[in-house]
Amino acid sequence: MTALLRVEGVCKAFGGVQALNGCALEVEKGSIAGLIGPNGSGKTTLFNVITGYEHVDDGDVYLSDRKITNLAPDKVFALGIGRTFQLTRVFARLTVMENMIVAAHHKERAAQGTRLRNPFARAGGPATRRRAMELLEFVGIEKHAGALAETLSYGQRKLLELSYVLMAEPEIILLDEPAGGVNPTLIGMITERIRELNRQGTTFLIVEHNMEFVMGLCDRVTVLDYGNAVVAGPPEMIRTDHRVLDAYLGTAEGDDDVSAA
Amino acid sequence: MSAVIRWGRPAVLVAALAFGAVFPLLFPNPLTTTYAIDTLIFVGWVVAWNMFSGYSGYISLGSAVFFGSGAYTVGLLALHHNLKGGVTFALLPLGGLVAAAIAVPFGLVALRVRRHTFVVVTIAVFFIFQLLAYNLAFTGGNGGVSTPFATWDPSTFNNPYYYAAFIIAVGAIALSWLVRGSRFGLQLLAIRDDEDRARGLGVRAMRVKLTAFVMSAFVIGVIGGLWILFIGQALPESAYDPNYDLTVALMGFLGGFGTLWGPVLGGLILEPVQQQITQHFTNGYAGLIAFGGLFLLVILFLPRGLLPTGKEWLTKLQARSERRRESAPGGLATSGAAAAAGSGDGAGTVAAAGSAERSGTPGAGGTR
Repeated sequence: MTALLRVEGVCKAFGGVQALNGCALEVEKGSIAGLIGPNGSGKTTLFNVITGYEHVDDGDVYLSDRKITNLAPDKVFALGIGRTFQLTRVFARLTVMENMIVAAHHKERAAQGTRLRNPFARAGGPATRRRAMELLEFVGIEKHAGALAETLSYGQRKLLELSYVLMAEPEIILLDEPAGGVNPTLIGMITERIRELNRQGTTFLIVEHNMEFVMGLCDRVTVLDYGNAVVAGPPEMIRTDHRVLDAYLGTAEGDDDVSAA
Repeated sequence: MSAVIRWGRPAVLVAALAFGAVFPLLFPNPLTTTYAIDTLIFVGWVVAWNMFSGYSGYISLGSAVFFGSGAYTVGLLALHHNLKGGVTFALLPLGGLVAAAIAVPFGLVALRVRRHTFVVVTIAVFFIFQLLAYNLAFTGGNGGVSTPFATWDPSTFNNPYYYAAFIIAVGAIALSWLVRGSRFGLQLLAIRDDEDRARGLGVRAMRVKLTAFVMSAFVIGVIGGLWILFIGQALPESAYDPNYDLTVALMGFLGGFGTLWGPVLGGLILEPVQQQITQHFTNGYAGLIAFGGLFLLVILFLPRGLLPTGKEWLTKLQARSERRRESAPGGLATSGAAAAAGSGDGAGTVAAAGSAERSGTPGAGGTR
């Protein structure tokens, strides 16, 4: 197996706070990888660095040996990395269908090739809409396709965010707390959908605080503490590793002096 | 009922176009046509402004930069080549091009920042341009620039300007409509709702914003050019008028910021009102104060504008009457039949569901 996503020695500081400190991480193609760690350990910052929302101070990010360090978010997305946000973000005043079409944009553009493009091309061709409906059905919110995204419940927004990221058929999807604030039934469904997508070949990197969720789903879990990957391994190993307990429960050093942006 | 919905909008459009086309014949009084030209100039301007600011959420208070630059371009060209009459209309695209050319560096600087900072930057750039108009050698300084007068029959003198303004306003609306339904327009709306999220979905935000900014500037430049041809003179304080910046924004907010027709409505309502105010208050400040007060009222009580708020009331009323009908005896059969008819048309059902959901969220998503 080869690493699809590789992070090497990434450092990122916000003022005096070292959010990432020589962090390294590998995600194998076709796997479901978990990323855990106490609050402020740098998980979201790592996501931001990978997806181009933050520039690194040092270190590199690779997508199948292609260096993608500090590329703009739209380029990272076009290369095949999709992500969701911890605080779910959808386009509130667009309809659910329009949300899906926005995400399909670069694919439609690519399909048109290098021909002279009509700047006023209508949004969302029939193929795009069909695909969008399939994905909305896949997550079970197809009957809301015509509704404004702001009318969706929190859980439905999570599902919309997952499904519009899927519009671009990314190779790897970074999920930031997919189970956060979601009821158990929905967590079950999200788990099932991730497994299904993974069977179809999508790789996942998941940040999550819900241990049951992470341990049940992931092939490999990396533990982040003070901006550094302290342990990485299969869930059963992580469960019993004393360094993980140290990271979560704190040692004599204390764990409240680092905060993520 | 469905026929009314299907044909209502095109019918209103055709009627409005026809009315616009024969307006100078119905009201040949030069004072009336002057009002009409001013109104159309502002309608075109606010529609063009909304095409960028309304759709992207980047509120520009510097659109008079493009208006003034278009006006000066056309005015100086007409003056130096001693052009007058019909041929001067051929200069209008040049006014638009100069405005668009200015919009590129302006946009590249201003569009790096968001929200309040963006607003402040646009105001600053605006004042730079006004100062340049006062101080550069070729702009005529305080005296501004005057264009040669056309030698047209006084009784129909206004008509060519009227039709030019009418065509430009209709063109601006058509362009705005095209943008709104396009993939490009959808990206602008996505940027309005959450720019960073849009970037993370492959939207090249800077490019999209800049394109809209430049397109909007072109239209406003053309309008500025028409304005100087009509008025015959541009001064630094009248071509680069900060009140115009505010007036245009107010028209947009009043009618419905970011909608297609809201700005049209705002322009049609406010410009005549403003004309009346200037006529009745000889003290210019009273008019300004009234306008400022109106701005406050709109922001406080109609944050989404007349059109979206009106639509909301309408859907609420419809929903209420439907509920009443359903609860009435015998109403069940009718609603059942309606549901059956509706299910035959999948798209229609989705749309109906959508509008019902929309009506369920009064005031949501308000003041951005």
